[in-house]
Amino acid sequence: MTHVVALSAGYSDPSTSRMLADQLVASIASKVAEPSVEVVTLRELAHDITDATLAGFASPRLQAVIDQVVAADALVVVTPIFKASFTGLFKSFIDALDQDALIGKPVLLAAMGGTARHSLAIDHALRPLFAYLQALTVPTGVFASSFDWGTQGKDALTARIDRATSELASLLAGAGTGRGPTDDFDLFSDTMIAASRPD
Amino acid sequence: MTGMQFGLFTVGDLTTDPTNGSVPTEHERIKATITIARKAEEIGLDVFATGEHHNPPFVPSSPTTTLAYIAAQTEKLILSTATTLITTNDPVKIAEDYATLQHLADGRMDLMLGRGNTGPVYPWFGQDMSKAVELTVEHYHLLRKLWDEDVVSWEGTFRTPLQGFTAVPRPLDGVAPFVWHGNIRTPEVAELAAFYGDGYFANNIFWPKEHYIRLINFYRQRYAHYGHGTAEQAIVGLGGQFFMRKNSQDAVREFRPYFDNAPVYGHGPSLEDFTAQTPLTVGSPQEVIEKTLTFADYFGDYQRQLFLVDHAGLPLKIVLEQLDLLGEILPTLRAEFASRRPEGVPDAPTHAARVAARDAAAAKEEVDA
Repeated sequence: MTHVVALSAGYSDPSTSRMLADQLVASIASKVAEPSVEVVTLRELAHDITDATLAGFASPRLQAVIDQVVAADALVVVTPIFKASFTGLFKSFIDALDQDALIGKPVLLAAMGGTARHSLAIDHALRPLFAYLQALTVPTGVFASSFDWGTQGKDALTARIDRATSELASLLAGAGTGRGPTDDFDLFSDTMIAASRPD
Repeated sequence: MTGMQFGLFTVGDLTTDPTNGSVPTEHERIKATITIARKAEEIGLDVFATGEHHNPPFVPSSPTTTLAYIAAQTEKLILSTATTLITTNDPVKIAEDYATLQHLADGRMDLMLGRGNTGPVYPWFGQDMSKAVELTVEHYHLLRKLWDEDVVSWEGTFRTPLQGFTAVPRPLDGVAPFVWHGNIRTPEVAELAAFYGDGYFANNIFWPKEHYIRLINFYRQRYAHYGHGTAEQAIVGLGGQFFMRKNSQDAVREFRPYFDNAPVYGHGPSLEDFTAQTPLTVGSPQEVIEKTLTFADYFGDYQRQLFLVDHAGLPLKIVLEQLDLLGEILPTLRAEFASRRPEGVPDAPTHAARVAARDAAAAKEEVDA
């Protein structure tokens, strides 16, 4: 079983981010063994995400999604590009994750923009964020603009989706990074060892 | 006093009462703290603990001054802290101040150490917050020596070395104040508590229980690992907070404006969501009893339960009414906890019991020898 979770951070319903997420997971499902895919629309969790930001803990509904993300074999993220970056809702969701939640996780980065002029936002905004989280990002990012939903650009988008999901599938078939989030306290850090050394 | 201890802990904040916009003066707040502590003794509580803060909007910067004043006006109440800042206070001053309090209060005191979480406070006291864990560990090792050894020669990273130093006064009856380690996330603090066989207070009031179950279980396992007893015998304290009225609906209606506007509660999850996920109970006395009893199911039978009652800008009058209600349910809480308490779970520590245990151990050694 290969469990893939896609996060769609579009604000509207229906949203083109969601459409892109659906296409990405469909493509992944055709390339991995025993696919199980789940697309989560962050809009539906907007209040829970804000509450978690202020309270410092997640509601049961939001925690269930966080648990799914942490347990997934791969993650697909799709965000609209607002003001040169991912949406605030998307970042607030990421902020609600534990520091080590995405360590070593294969992540496919995708974004939506009004025009192709925003396409580098994937590499300038999303990729550094996931590098910080020590996730394993797929080399090809998938950016789509209004142009790509028309007949002119459709083939180019399909080709990009195919390339990115093939890369993700080969990452999943490989050895990965050998790292992941851990639930254990580190008994051997300098400070932990010092706790039982009075002298 | 055997079995569990029940008490209050206060942050000592100056918070606007959202129903009328009034804020107590520092003088009113400091005096209200004394009134609340005396009320705690009157309703039969065992413990009163004050926070320590060095920045507005808080008032308690000098806990031992306040606690000694309370000690002079009470007879049974154990005075404690929540928390004493082990990072920014000099361990020598902690050793001196709290040993003095121990003598003045005839042993009716202990203290809870904590790191503190306000970044700007550290440099005010010549410390660096990025070293908070290292400071906690080094300062506590030194504090233990200052109390447990009459003459200390010591050298560390964060403080000038000590050569042949004796902290005075020496602890009352030769038994140092009992130490609780307050903690919300740092496993090193649980490890320190376990290593020394000290108490571990998980301040569980703002987050869901799962987070604390993991920390408390870690402390219990490490307590057993260091040979102080079984995991079930480790000394655990917990927080809790409530707003009670005879009728549940009245409690919710009256507390909602306080909840919605309080710095620590407001503008996030609703009152209903917050009470569902954290220890906060807003309802009838029966609901407070039921919620509090669940703590032992989640965290194991424990020794000390402290409630935060003067929170969210509640005026003194309402806080005292809350304490009257707490006094009414206290016998039930004691009886219910006692009836579910397994054999072998130790009583909450007191100075008298610890002196007696020390003497019994010494007598046994003499017989064995």
